[in-house]
Amino acid sequence: MSNDHYLKRDHLKKFGEITDFQEELGSKFFEYYNSVMDEGALTRREKALIALAVAHAQQCPYCIDAYTQACLKEGADEEQMMEAVHVAAAMKAGITLVFSVQMMEDVKKKTM
Amino acid sequence: MTVRKNKSLAARGSELTDTMIQLRILSGAERAALDLPTFEQKLEECGQYPLRPAELEIFQINIGKLCNQVCAHCHVDAGPDKKRENMDRPTLERCLEIIAAVPSIHTVDITGGAPELNPHFRWFVEEVCRLGKQVIDRCNLTVILSNKKYHDLPEFFARHGVTVVSSLPHYSRRRTDSQRGEGVFERSIRALQMLNEVGYGQPGTGLELNLVYNPTGAFLPGDQQSLEAEFKRQLERRYGVRFNHLYCLTNLPVSRFLEYLLETGNYEAYMEELVQAFNPAAVPNVMCRNTISVSWDGYLYDCDFNQMLDLKVAVPGKQHINDFDIEALKQRQIVLNRHCFGCTAGAGSSCGGQIA
Repeated sequence: MSNDHYLKRDHLKKFGEITDFQEELGSKFFEYYNSVMDEGALTRREKALIALAVAHAQQCPYCIDAYTQACLKEGADEEQMMEAVHVAAAMKAGITLVFSVQMMEDVKKKTM
Repeated sequence: MTVRKNKSLAARGSELTDTMIQLRILSGAERAALDLPTFEQKLEECGQYPLRPAELEIFQINIGKLCNQVCAHCHVDAGPDKKRENMDRPTLERCLEIIAAVPSIHTVDITGGAPELNPHFRWFVEEVCRLGKQVIDRCNLTVILSNKKYHDLPEFFARHGVTVVSSLPHYSRRRTDSQRGEGVFERSIRALQMLNEVGYGQPGTGLELNLVYNPTGAFLPGDQQSLEAEFKRQLERRYGVRFNHLYCLTNLPVSRFLEYLLETGNYEAYMEELVQAFNPAAVPNVMCRNTISVSWDGYLYDCDFNQMLDLKVAVPGKQHINDFDIEALKQRQIVLNRHCFGCTAGAGSSCGGQIA
């Protein structure tokens, strides 16, 4: 059986290697990324919680790994982390449901 | 997450009580083959090997391993079963002679176990104060509530201007209890409130109450300043608790934390993370450079972690307080091993928190 998978755990560790093929743009990206995630008007912990929520919304296993670790490191606890995921879930639910207004309008237009 | 063990390694007859086995694991000869550099190699790369001491400022005494708690990460393997390993009065008297004789020692840092359970604790604190030295007591907080006879410890500390340093790994009950035991959080908060009531952590009193944060799992601590701000906000908001500083400490792969790492399959990744986070800027400020650590039976070590791995100071024939020789100690080379990566990872780690 092949060990090939599209998603491999150790790809996260190799993320920095994207500069091998295009150094300037890769470096600019990491510089930007690190600046964004650093302490600012929002704390690193708050940013890690936002990133954790986005990671779940986007269902990115690399990001879930990375930001679970980052949230713990920055002092967030289970309750805060799960609440962040619920925010993502609620947003996803809302985003889905808000489209139903379009469906309802179409239904009303096309039915007697 | 693992099921918390309620007994020390010694009480469970774990093979990790043998420090040689711990050292073999750290060297990569046992359990996990580590493809990592040694600490000495990393120091050499940045021109800081061998590591030599600076002026001796802190005399740290591990007064005994007896403790009313059995924390999952304890590098001392302390617990209620450790009734034998406690410093006796003649050994404490010898410590006092040394403290009095070495003017550069300005602070006596008393740790354990729960130091207050040693029957000579209060007498010793009084004697050190009489010498005009600052006393730090590493108090686990719950000891204050463990028995009526300890309820007045906050007043005792305040009377002698003792700096209280206490572990509280999180402002969340779940995170704290998972590391320190069921019900510890609630009793710790009550003890902190009692310390606040006598003036600790309150502005203008000069009574210093510092908390120690160490991660409740296989991850490194975050930024000390940011965590301190969050701890202050949450503890004041939820419980009205105040404190002065938060010290962030990295867990070192020694004793029960080493057991935890091995049992949860986190050991290799954790060691890799420690090595990757090696920060040369932390090296000059590691605690072993200005501290000497004394065990309950009077032996000398570069730090409390070396003590628990039984790595005595590299001063042949002068490894006991009865043979204490400050000049010989100044010339020594600090004993290193892979656990030292814990003190140089990221912003570094010492008994006084981050160092870089």
